[in-house]
Amino acid sequence: MSLESMLIVAAVLFAIGLYGALARSNAIAVFMSIEIMFNAVNLTVVAFSRYVAPLALRQDIGSALTGQVFAIFIITVAAAEIALGLGIVFAMYRNTESVVLTEANQLRH
Amino acid sequence: MGYLYPPLREKNRQMLVAQDVAFWTLSVAAIGAALGVVLVRDLFRSALLLAVVFVAVAGFFVLLSAEFLAVVQVLIYVGAISVLFIFAIMLTRNVREGNLPNRLQIPAVSISVLFLVGLIIAAVNTDWRPVPEAATALVEEVQTQSARGAGPGVTVIEESTRDSGLADLLIGSYVLPFEAVSLLLLAALIGGLALARSRES
Repeated sequence: MSLESMLIVAAVLFAIGLYGALARSNAIAVFMSIEIMFNAVNLTVVAFSRYVAPLALRQDIGSALTGQVFAIFIITVAAAEIALGLGIVFAMYRNTESVVLTEANQLRH
Repeated sequence: MGYLYPPLREKNRQMLVAQDVAFWTLSVAAIGAALGVVLVRDLFRSALLLAVVFVAVAGFFVLLSAEFLAVVQVLIYVGAISVLFIFAIMLTRNVREGNLPNRLQIPAVSISVLFLVGLIIAAVNTDWRPVPEAATALVEEVQTQSARGAGPGVTVIEESTRDSGLADLLIGSYVLPFEAVSLLLLAALIGGLALARSRES
């Protein structure tokens, strides 16, 4: 277990999420893929905080935890985003009886 | 590591092996479950696999000695967001036909593979200058102890005058983003209510 292996695992997770977000047609599946991408980014940030940031440890212990603070903010923003996104999906479903993204073209006309 | 006594060194080596085993197990679980999320056709099953991904990432957080984040991850992602997804899937009707791919298969695969190759090249070729292995035990102790707020880990660093845990960072240096996030959550709450309210009222 090293920084590189951690980064590679996070990169693989991010690429899987990217593929899911691009290639799925169901809005909820796209949201799930976006969550995978958020988790991959969190993993990267915490790995950097564990392996790289503590170089500044001698001056300020708090800097060893900056990555974890970032991860907390990312989790919060992701939670807000998911709540709103699923609200939009519900509104869309109520109006069109469908959550398929290729059929969501009402704003076009 | 010459100053360690032989039994201690043996224990240290065993711990490193255990770390590696845990890392590879978690990696296989996370990547396999993530592939399942994007490939399985039944949306409900992919939501359950998504919970597996979240748990595996929480395990990674424990491995990276970020225990508080692991607890937050389990509480928020596994506890709240997975349940939200399952509700969303249950409330929208087309569960079975659900996870159909769209027509962009080849561009999507090529873009993600290109992105992955670029990320891996960047991760391997960059000189990250990580902390030397001899200092990692100290770093781990400081991180776990200061995540709890105070304690013996902080006194290990003799030059430091104040103990800054996660809470001190959130309320201290990052108090402005912290307040902004609380505003964001309030806005999201009101927005979610406005979106989900029924048309008649």
